[in-house]
Amino acid sequence: MLKVTMGVTIFFTLIFIFELLRRKALREKYAFVWIVTALVLVAGTLFPNFAIRLSTSLGFATIASFLMVFFGLIMLFITMQLSLELGKVEDQNQRLAEELALLKLKSVE
Amino acid sequence: MSLLVVIPAFNEANSIGNVIQDIRIHIPSASILVVDDGSRDKTVQVAESANVNVLALPFNVGVGGALRAGFLYAYRNSFTQVLQIDADGQHRAEHAKILLESADGFDIVIGSRFAESKNKYDASILRRLAIRLLSAAISKICKTKLTDVTSGFRLSSSSAIELFMKDYPVEYLGDTVESLVIAHKLGLSIKEVPVQMSKREFGSPSQNVLKSSWYLVRAFLVIILSLIHRK
Repeated sequence: MLKVTMGVTIFFTLIFIFELLRRKALREKYAFVWIVTALVLVAGTLFPNFAIRLSTSLGFATIASFLMVFFGLIMLFITMQLSLELGKVEDQNQRLAEELALLKLKSVE
Repeated sequence: MSLLVVIPAFNEANSIGNVIQDIRIHIPSASILVVDDGSRDKTVQVAESANVNVLALPFNVGVGGALRAGFLYAYRNSFTQVLQIDADGQHRAEHAKILLESADGFDIVIGSRFAESKNKYDASILRRLAIRLLSAAISKICKTKLTDVTSGFRLSSSSAIELFMKDYPVEYLGDTVESLVIAHKLGLSIKEVPVQMSKREFGSPSQNVLKSSWYLVRAFLVIILSLIHRK
């Protein structure tokens, strides 16, 4: 049952990401993490024994805790990616503001 | 018929002077626009001292963005043709005449390094393989024989200008490859002409295996994306 739920959820998530990419609403660099995560989860669903072995060898008591930590790490990665990009955009924005002000002065003189 | 030569440039202060000179000698009737993509060196100053119009972008936006700015300029100033020439000296202005003469009403004319085997071009095997595969894929999609879809040496008609000033792919390789798919989807005609290109004057192209492999992967991603993108 879990397999089915996981499978269906991942499938719809992938369709959603795909559609966003198609409309060019989502940039490839952001979609990348989502797609990789989805593929990893698909692999985990299809090969549960490997997932179980991996989680116990890493020291997790249950699969649930493993998944939670995994998910947490993914979220951290995504937020870091966004923070970095945001910083870059703010810098560019500031440069544009400067150039614009200079232009306005030039057009009045 | 008015021709604008658009030269996107990023840190090419060493070669841009010669490129401009070259264009002035072989296509004297053309207007020239250098689009500086946030260079840290003296590219802008060199271009300005050569008495050429320069669009100095305040920061780096990528070659696709720089070209789109160039197309926007061309559109707003009513140019009927845009010729793209790289700032590193690989594209020779004398060969531009071949593009101009073979235009024949086609919307996009690409100068290809690999169309004729007599035009030797030095590139790593992996890279050539990548370009071969890319070109084969794009040839299939655009239903016309193309051998060098990554070439930035191309001539665009006014219909192409109108398209590209609105929509020009920014990602690496998207500017050359995906632009063709977009154009084809809108019914523009594409053809290719064999030309000889020079090696880079300064600096070195990515030659090592890792970079070339990444190039290949990137190439396929671009094709897949260009197929699924809508409008």
